[in-house]
Amino acid sequence: MVEEIVVNPVTRIEGHAKITIHLNEDGSVREARFHVTDFRGFEKFCEGRPFYEMPSITSRICGICPVSHLLASAKACDDLVAVETPRTAVLLRRLMHMGQIIQSHALSFFYLSSPDFLLGMDSDPSRRNILGLAEKHPEIAKQGVWLRKFGQSIIESLAGKRIHSSDWIVPGGVKTPLSKEKAEAILSAIPKAVETALNAVTLFSKTLESLGDNVGDFGDFPSYYMGLVTRDGGLEHYDGRIRIMSSDGKIVADQLDPSKYFEYIGEAVEDWSYMKFPYYKPAGYPGGAYRVGPLARLNVSSRCGTRIADGLLKEFKKLGGNGVVQNTFMYHYARLIEIVYCVEKAEEILRDPEIFDMNIQAKASLNRREGTGVIEAPRGTLIHHYRVDEQGRISWVNLIIATVNNNLAFNRAVAQVAKKYVNGRTLSEGMLNRVEAVVRALDPCLSCATHAIGEMPLKILLYDSENNLVDEVGRG
Amino acid sequence: MSKPIELTIDGRKVVAEEGETILKAAKKNGIYVPTLCYLEGVSSFGGCRLCMVEIKGSPRLFASCITPVAEGMEVLTDSERLRRYRKWAVELLLAERPHVCSVCVANGSCELQQLATELGVDHLRVDREWTDYEVDLTHERFAYDPNRCILCTRCIRVCDEVEGVHTLDLMLRGKNSKVVFDLDENWGFSQSCTSCGKCSAACPVGALYVKGKPLSEVKKKDLVSFIMERRSGK
Ligand code: SF4
Ligand code: SF4
Ligand code: FES
Ligand SMILES: [Fe+2]
Repeated sequence: MVEEIVVNPVTRIEGHAKITIHLNEDGSVREARFHVTDFRGFEKFCEGRPFYEMPSITSRICGICPVSHLLASAKACDDLVAVETPRTAVLLRRLMHMGQIIQSHALSFFYLSSPDFLLGMDSDPSRRNILGLAEKHPEIAKQGVWLRKFGQSIIESLAGKRIHSSDWIVPGGVKTPLSKEKAEAILSAIPKAVETALNAVTLFSKTLESLGDNVGDFGDFPSYYMGLVTRDGGLEHYDGRIRIMSSDGKIVADQLDPSKYFEYIGEAVEDWSYMKFPYYKPAGYPGGAYRVGPLARLNVSSRCGTRIADGLLKEFKKLGGNGVVQNTFMYHYARLIEIVYCVEKAEEILRDPEIFDMNIQAKASLNRREGTGVIEAPRGTLIHHYRVDEQGRISWVNLIIATVNNNLAFNRAVAQVAKKYVNGRTLSEGMLNRVEAVVRALDPCLSCATHAIGEMPLKILLYDSENNLVDEVGRG
Repeated sequence: MSKPIELTIDGRKVVAEEGETILKAAKKNGIYVPTLCYLEGVSSFGGCRLCMVEIKGSPRLFASCITPVAEGMEVLTDSERLRRYRKWAVELLLAERPHVCSVCVANGSCELQQLATELGVDHLRVDREWTDYEVDLTHERFAYDPNRCILCTRCIRVCDEVEGVHTLDLMLRGKNSKVVFDLDENWGFSQSCTSCGKCSAACPVGALYVKGKPLSEVKKKDLVSFIMERRSGK
């Protein structure tokens, strides 16, 4: 008798996202499958559109991290026009990127995840959110809100008060320079931002201690790790080359050309999912499963390149054997370290003598028929790859979204949690809570992970082999 | 001097010149009437029906941009009925082709979008047509996306009456009409186009635009009337 449990988060986005857990005949968990929205339709939708519309179009893929798509898309367009983007424009784009990572990580940690471990994994779900947090730990909630605002204020300083800043970034550069006043305003908030981020690091260390062995429930498994690094192996989010590390800490590939991703990344398909399953080609499928995102980036990076973050990275690497941290829960930790890094980096960029230079856009029209843009989005490596016809109309698009890069990892992490908490013919609330928590740790870019400020409308249904409902837990 | 004509608009006594349209008389007196295909400085076309008004004594509605004033006329520019019809007019325009504002270059500076907001169009009561016209990017500076065209013919009139070359015209009929260059040539290969850009400045939506420029910098509704004013030596 094979049973199927369906965890179906009702999402606000179109399409669907759900978790199905597949049992063996003896009731133990065989595997878990994480299904998310179909991005293929989007790729089709772009065909025939002028290439320079792509930053604007793709930044609508999601309202949570539009800046990521904007940047990856703009870089792919830069590639198509094949001109050198002025250094100041690159600095300003990087600055915006730092702002968005800060706000995205702050949202993930403070708003969505910290209620789980600060209020207790099994506390009342209707209070287990930022509002409940504000009641019990007002200081922490305030810090989270402030940090997120700080990140957003960087984006606004550059592009104005729009969520979709799509007409600020253009192929070949950016539209408007940064004003001195706005730069000053960001700089003056930097010390508080560093302090706030470091407070969160301390808070998280304490949480780690109190959780003890339970941390193992969060998806502790080996995989490959992928991320962009600088020429000397340092942490990199905007440019750089691809480095891949194995679960035992060996760098198995380094300084790979990101625009040649298809040479080393395979995209497998499964008949039960619209989403592809990227894997590291030399290791085969599904053995070549890799993780991306904050945890992967810190694993593959030899250094951060900023003072405080470098110290934190050293401590971080001690948490895993061979310097590789495999536990999915540590995504949170990695996120916080990245916030510190981004704040330090933002300061460095703002103090660059060329930051106010007026040469911010190289003007050019189409010069190539194929272009690729790869960045490290908050959630991991994001690839935009376009082909155009002779007029510059998109003829083919491939997008590998960060969340899709983590596809195999999601399934493994959820399966691991399920293995521990699903047993027999009844489901526990604890299982629901822990599935939620591990999904949040991976921070998929889906409205389901952010829905209703932290409370995920989840449903787990347990059917027997004759399709009779034998148990059901859920909320939302 | 033509003979002055007295009429009332929205209960106000106004004086207009003979041969003048109701729209002009209203505008001169600071009375707002929504318009879309009308463009100051070129001839009127009367196609969009946004400028409809009621005239006492007649059950039908009149496009004020092409209806001349008459002595003693009682005009109503705003009523429940007019708003209902105008709303429908905008909805039908939106439904005729795929207007996806969120990814349109004109987002935020589009006259159709502004009217939709003004008239409270928050959904469409008819099914949309998802036309699949090819975008024309062959011109070095300009782009043409027929999927966003509302067939207002402002571009055609400007090209003909102001620039004087008549590169643009309409092909086919009804909702299948299409603005074309020369004899349905790609823009970049048009023999007559002088690349003046007036059509892009006049287009109320994101159908004709300057590549790589935000629409707020390109759309200049007043450009045409300004040119015509200078020409007439005023
Ligand atoms: S650019 Fe000028 S000449 Fe060419 S089609 Fe437009 S209005 Fe006519
Ligand atoms: S291209 Fe623009 S100006 Fe010309 S008819 Fe279409 S909507 Fe009107
Ligand atoms: S403005 Fe009068 S009919 Fe279009
Ligand atoms: Fe996203």
